[in-house]
Amino acid sequence: MVRPTSIRWKRGGPTLALIVALAMCAVAWGQGQLPRPPSSLQVVDTPNDDGTSLTLAWDKSPDDGAGARNVTGYAVFRVPPRGKRVLIGRPPAGATGFADVKLKAGQAYSYEVEALSAAGPSAAAVGGPAAPTEQWYHRGRTNVLVGIVIVFGLVAFNILRAQRGAQLYVRPIAGLEAVDDAVGRATEMGRAILYVPGLTGISDIATIMGMIILGRVARRTAEYETKLLVPCNDPIVMSAAREIVHEAYLEQGKPDLFDPDSVYFVTDAQFGYAAAVGGLMVRERPAANFFMGGFFAESLILAETGAAIGAIQIAGTDQDTQLPFFITACDYTLMGEELYAATAYLSQQPRLLGSLKGQDWCKIVIMALVLTGAVLALFGAAWFRALFQVQ
Amino acid sequence: MGLVRLRIPLAITFVAGVVLIVQFFIPSHPSMKLYAASQAWLRIIGAFAAVLGVGSILKTHLERVQRAHQQWPFSTLTLAGLFVTATLGIGWGVQPDSPADWIFKNIYTPLDATIFSLLAFYVATAAYRTFRVRTMEAGLLLTGAVLVMFGRVALGEMIQPHLVPQSLEWLFTFPAAAAKRGILLGIVLGVTATSLRIILGIERGYLGAE
Repeated sequence: MVRPTSIRWKRGGPTLALIVALAMCAVAWGQGQLPRPPSSLQVVDTPNDDGTSLTLAWDKSPDDGAGARNVTGYAVFRVPPRGKRVLIGRPPAGATGFADVKLKAGQAYSYEVEALSAAGPSAAAVGGPAAPTEQWYHRGRTNVLVGIVIVFGLVAFNILRAQRGAQLYVRPIAGLEAVDDAVGRATEMGRAILYVPGLTGISDIATIMGMIILGRVARRTAEYETKLLVPCNDPIVMSAAREIVHEAYLEQGKPDLFDPDSVYFVTDAQFGYAAAVGGLMVRERPAANFFMGGFFAESLILAETGAAIGAIQIAGTDQDTQLPFFITACDYTLMGEELYAATAYLSQQPRLLGSLKGQDWCKIVIMALVLTGAVLALFGAAWFRALFQVQ
Repeated sequence: MGLVRLRIPLAITFVAGVVLIVQFFIPSHPSMKLYAASQAWLRIIGAFAAVLGVGSILKTHLERVQRAHQQWPFSTLTLAGLFVTATLGIGWGVQPDSPADWIFKNIYTPLDATIFSLLAFYVATAAYRTFRVRTMEAGLLLTGAVLVMFGRVALGEMIQPHLVPQSLEWLFTFPAAAAKRGILLGIVLGVTATSLRIILGIERGYLGAE
């Protein structure tokens, strides 16, 4: 016999109701443990980029920082027009931003951000749609542009002054004055001249300056018929050095004296090169050593070996960490910008002297800016320093 | 010097220099592609430069062996090392535990470390020569060097627990850092002005011209 449902309800109803109520309380309690979501989610185009990035910014969840519902991080989702959302990042707790990269320029994207906790994720904050766009001018580098314009302007002005006949004073640089003396000493002693163009590549300015000074030394060795040895660390530097030395001998009208094998590649290994050049110094015993270019840890090995054989040594580098070693072991050292001034100093060409003077004027501008910044920093003006930050 | 050896290289330098300066200020996609392409070309040229280097080594050392130069045994060793390492590297690869990798770890690296370790002795000889007090500057240098040496070892703290480390800290933070920054400022300006001279063709010595 089938009992009517009302009778079944009368017997099991209160229990069922109790179970449902307890379940609803549990859900409500659990949801009460979930963190509150972040707010004010904004999606904007990342500035000064190539149109492949969007920047998300939000206000932290109120539960971020402390409490029973403490946020442990955030989950950032990219929401396509159709389909499931994709997790693209998990910034840590405290984060208020995220950058989505490798996007397509012009395409709209939407995002959701959830706060995460031990109990689970919060409701999602929704932002977008926004489309990334490429920019054609990097506003964050305007200060660099201004700096280049100022430097160029000062250099150009002084080049024009020099070309119009203005007498520009350049202080004596002992290392450059000694170049001809060193070549003369080697000629008198009947020994070779060793020229080391450094260990940086041809794209380094110090190496280019080293090549230019090599040209001058090569003209002197061609004139005095002194042996010149140029061991190179880089094949491209070797090619450039060989051409420069060859051209110098041609200019002096002594092409038959040029030995292509005097400019040769040794190795691109740092200490292998140092060992080879050290051995060359001990065997050939050059009377004059020139170290012009970029050097690293091997500088002291080269300079000390040269000092041990009694050679006159002239060094020039822009590596400030190696300057102390060269100053210690060499007779003359061109420090940093003195190496860059070499061509102007040796040739005395108006255009080159003018650019040197322009550099000095730029230094005065920089000194003024440093003093101004120091004074303003004393009064807590951080905005001045921010003007010089480069993005 | 004519068109090919002077004018064309100067023109290439000018165009490349100006283009890459302008590129620095344009973040757009075509600009980034141009920059990536220029970096790739630099790597390609560098790879071809390796051919030049090997050619130079072969020519120099083969000639020494052929002419029975005084140093010909060392040239033979150089050539043997080049051929053996290249053959093993090309034939068996350079991954870990390959023969070329064995040569690198058991021959090249110890030799490299040996030459590097010579620096310790050279620093001692250079210091001995430099720190003889003959001028005021040498005296200042010696004082600074003694302070740094004592400050870097436990003896300094034993002599004076606070004065020596604090003096060293002051020396590095103020005078040394100030001097270093001054030198760096000059270097940066020099690089900028020299780069401008090279791009504009005012500086031509690197091409062999006066």
